[in-house]
Amino acid sequence: MSTQMATTGDNIPTSAPRAAVTAAHDQSQPGAALDTKTVGQVTVANAVVSARKVNVYYGEKHAIHDVSLDIGRNAVIALIGPSGCGKSTFLRCINRMNDTIDAARFTGHITLDGQDIYDKRQDVVQLRARVGMVFQKPNPFPKSIYENIAYGPRIHGLVANRTDLDEVVQTSLQKAGLWDEVKDRLEHSGTSLSGGQQQRLCIARAIAVDPEVILMDEPCSALDPIATARIEDLIDELRQNYTIVIVTHNMQQAARVSQRTAYFHLGDLIEVGATDQIFTNPMHKLTEDYITGRFG
Amino acid sequence: MSDASAVRARTTQQKVAATLRRRYRAERRFRALGVAAVAVGILFVVFLFWTIIARGYTAFAQTYIQLDVSYSAEELDPSGNRAREDLEGANYQALIKAALREEFPEVTERAELRKLYALASSAAELTLRERVLSDPQRIGQHERIWLLAKDQVDMLVKGQVDRSLPEAQRNIDDQTIGWIDRLIAAHQVEKRFNARFFTAGDSREPEQAGVGGAIAGSFLTLVITLLLSFPIGVAAAIYLEEFAPQNRLTDLIEVNINNLAAVPSIVFGLLGLAMFIQFFGLPRSAPLVGGLVLTLMTLPTIIITSRAALKAVPPSIREAALGMGASAVQTVMHHVLPMAIPGMLTGAIIGMARALGESAPLLMIGMVAFIVDIPKGFTSAATVLPVQVYLWASSPERAFVERTSAAIMVLLAFLLIMNAAAVLLRSRFERRW
Amino acid sequence: MQTSTIVIAILVLGTIAYRLGRRRSLAVVGGPRGISQLHSLPGYYGLLTAVWCALPALGVLGAWHLLDQRVIVEAVLAHMPGGVQALPADQQGLLLNDIKNVVQGNVAAGDVAPAVVAAAREWQRLDTLSRIAAAVLAICVGLFGGTLVWRRITPQLRARNKVEWIVELNLLLCSMIAILTTIGIVVSVLYEALQFFRMVPVTEFLFGTKWSPQMAIRADQVGSSGAFGAVPLFTGTLLISLIAMVIAVPVGLFSAIYLAEYAHRRVRTVAKPLIEVLAGVPTVVYGFFAALTIGPMLRALGQSLGLTVASESALAAGLVMGIMIIPFVSSLADDMITAVPQSLRDGAYALGATRSETIRQVVLPAALPGIAGGVLLAVSRAIGETMIVVMAAGLSANLTANPLQAVTTVTVQVVTLLVGDQEFNSPKTLAAFALGLVLFVATLLLNIVALQIVRRYREQYE
Repeated sequence: MSTQMATTGDNIPTSAPRAAVTAAHDQSQPGAALDTKTVGQVTVANAVVSARKVNVYYGEKHAIHDVSLDIGRNAVIALIGPSGCGKSTFLRCINRMNDTIDAARFTGHITLDGQDIYDKRQDVVQLRARVGMVFQKPNPFPKSIYENIAYGPRIHGLVANRTDLDEVVQTSLQKAGLWDEVKDRLEHSGTSLSGGQQQRLCIARAIAVDPEVILMDEPCSALDPIATARIEDLIDELRQNYTIVIVTHNMQQAARVSQRTAYFHLGDLIEVGATDQIFTNPMHKLTEDYITGRFG
Repeated sequence: MSDASAVRARTTQQKVAATLRRRYRAERRFRALGVAAVAVGILFVVFLFWTIIARGYTAFAQTYIQLDVSYSAEELDPSGNRAREDLEGANYQALIKAALREEFPEVTERAELRKLYALASSAAELTLRERVLSDPQRIGQHERIWLLAKDQVDMLVKGQVDRSLPEAQRNIDDQTIGWIDRLIAAHQVEKRFNARFFTAGDSREPEQAGVGGAIAGSFLTLVITLLLSFPIGVAAAIYLEEFAPQNRLTDLIEVNINNLAAVPSIVFGLLGLAMFIQFFGLPRSAPLVGGLVLTLMTLPTIIITSRAALKAVPPSIREAALGMGASAVQTVMHHVLPMAIPGMLTGAIIGMARALGESAPLLMIGMVAFIVDIPKGFTSAATVLPVQVYLWASSPERAFVERTSAAIMVLLAFLLIMNAAAVLLRSRFERRW
Repeated sequence: MQTSTIVIAILVLGTIAYRLGRRRSLAVVGGPRGISQLHSLPGYYGLLTAVWCALPALGVLGAWHLLDQRVIVEAVLAHMPGGVQALPADQQGLLLNDIKNVVQGNVAAGDVAPAVVAAAREWQRLDTLSRIAAAVLAICVGLFGGTLVWRRITPQLRARNKVEWIVELNLLLCSMIAILTTIGIVVSVLYEALQFFRMVPVTEFLFGTKWSPQMAIRADQVGSSGAFGAVPLFTGTLLISLIAMVIAVPVGLFSAIYLAEYAHRRVRTVAKPLIEVLAGVPTVVYGFFAALTIGPMLRALGQSLGLTVASESALAAGLVMGIMIIPFVSSLADDMITAVPQSLRDGAYALGATRSETIRQVVLPAALPGIAGGVLLAVSRAIGETMIVVMAAGLSANLTANPLQAVTTVTVQVVTLLVGDQEFNSPKTLAAFALGLVLFVATLLLNIVALQIVRRYREQYE
């Protein structure tokens, strides 16, 4: 991997949590036996992202405890659990979005393609170019549709000229299934679109920098059922090329779009497994209670 | 990492990495600009205060010279009957002149004598007069007494005259300096705390000038302002926040308030001049008119802060009261207003602080006159503290510079106290519910 | 009789009315037991009586005293020997001043003409008469109003509603003062300005390039000696405001950005109030600072660079005005920046934007309308700022864009034209009102536009 960013790594959001250097190295190897309380198959063979012993603190509050989890390539993993269980916090660890919160502190290891993303030499800017994110509420920039998509490629210098940029904008919008709806009004403001369109615009914006992993934090919670269905279809298509981690409150949605599901409860990762198994035959009592709607 | 996506990812990474140096340089530049801006802002604050304090702190001490005064009977009371009227009208200046001549017997020439007499302030005569009037027994006796020195002596003693300059460029000549040095050598010069500065009115003589009159004027003006603007402002805020229907009139009032808050203060001065003085015939230079003008000026501020205080009262309180069958007026008067009062008071204090620092509109209505007496009432001629600063700042005498700075320090001290009170009030009562 | 005595008398009358009204309300239902038959609590009947007694009385008294001086002046002049009415207005004014001085005892009666003394006597007589009449009238009105309500007290009388109606009416009247003030400003400034434009054509005033409002030595010399072309004043105002904005906008904006986006919370809690101290410093202090510190400093600096800097240069005034406006810009910009939703920042960070990229390309464009509105408000402040320019900018109306020269501004001229004693109707004083009108209109337009922009911006993110 490139080393030239070594000296520039710590200019982004202040007080970045630094990885604890204590965790045993062998644990980051996929398939190795893990010291974890989590029920089910934590590791996978083709892991893109591996989290080991992740702890996050918000000031005094211990938000997630010792979470270890592998995320497989080109698949969708759903993180479910009651509100405040730490699933969003864990999601935001993967592209270090928690760095922007002053009080947040991180310990443990997360690797992306075998490379520790909390390493001192890891550059957040570069990391985030590889790990895209879509938020709960659609947040298009108050710029034109075109500029929204072009923003990422532009700041990262991914395209050399206008023609290339036009092409990136078009393919991203196409992949996001938005092209036909907006191709005649690319210069309109991104905020003029409907909620579902805005969210697809945000997905297209994330795709435009060609990330390996896309994080989705309850991407449909602000949308109506029809818009939700479109996004779910889109997620299924994107799976061909991207690794997707989706946080959702909606268990049906988790069942529909994901291949693996992880259940979080009060900051602990309780159970991980194939989605079918989790929803039909959960192993842990808490998972079962949640799935059957006893709380949550 | 064998498939196409891995290759793709690698090229993306390389491209991103290639931009990083440039981007982080831009980042550092931008951040440095921010730091520089904050530093410049803070630097200005420090510089402003430093210049004022450095110039002004000396005014809190004043130079006195010790002279041997003889209360000569033939000068004060030639008729010998000790009549109070005679003593009041006697020529005390002659005593000081005599004392100075005695101190420097070698000075005999007229022009030189005139310079010599200029060592003592004319206020020194009043000191002697008071002493004689309080105890006529002193007549015919000698007394070594500390008398107020003239401003030029004061300046020299405080080291604000550059002795190295050629004589022609100083407003105090070598001979005078020689006399003063002799007095200093004889320990007949002393700096004392300048209590007079806080009690005296204005004066043409720097060493006699004080901010007492201006403080009294400011106080009288602010009393009028507070008495008018607080009740009216609170009433207007209550109406707009609690009773006003959504209609044109309400909109018009709101637009007016917001605009008035941003109208230059000098325009209020023009209004005061044309309306209160020309049309209604109120007296010029009076705290009453100043208070009226400042009321109109501070009303928008008070209305806006009072509305914010009312807004901060949770609607559940109103609903609870209305639910008990209280009328709208009762709800406001019994429940909402008491909770909003601390916030309103905070706003009022801030408004008063602004009014205290305001000078431009008061120039228009004649509060800029030279007034020696301390104002006694709301219609007597007065000036206010900031206008006093303005007046002194435009006086040519060197000694007024330190007085001006000192007056500014007094003004800033009042403002500091008021703002501290507002902060205290706010933190004390913030979110009781 | 002192006015305050009458006011106290009316208040006492009101208190008595309160007790009588309250007692009567209880009496009509046969004592405290019958209280449930009353529509309102007894206190409200008392209040209603008191309000109807005291308010009209105070109103009459106030109105009387607002107008009686004018009537007295007319009467005194009419009483004086013939020829006085024929005098020009300014000489009449001088005469009146003399009379007033005698009335107030500022001048010994022996020093002035017997006619003036006689007039002063007449004045005093009329004044006493007027006070007595006002007192009698006010008390009568109060008694009448109180009695009227008192007699109408029945259990059915909706006293509380009536009192509340009066309260609301008074609240409304208080909020109307804002409108009245605006009307007052417009009327008084416009009236005098129109008088001015009768002597000096509007076009000459607005487009003339020479400004020298000479002191009229003789009254009949008016208008002929002075030149009232206000263009140099406008350019001077704009020049100084421009310099101020050049200082205030970058410093204010960047410190707001730094404090809102970069600074640690602890730094922010110290630095932000420290910068805002600048907003609390009275303008006269800045004026002093500009005239005695910055002015000489720039002059010395210019000398060392071989430049001639006027001792009252536009630069010094503009610079200090800029310092004054820094906190204004920074706190407005801070509001606008923090109003930009965090989700937009998150969106940019998640794409891998650096902090400065996020600020420059996402936060600032989003906050731009609000910041623009804030800057317009700041410009309006700069234009209307008085003390700094009065103390640090000159009086010479130079038509120049050189910041090292002395220029004068609209506000400086308003102050110099109006401060000091001069007759009220000379073009010189009236010119001040014309300038005031220009100032009022210009800042009003700026404010309306700016407030509109800011309001629309705030609504966008609410």
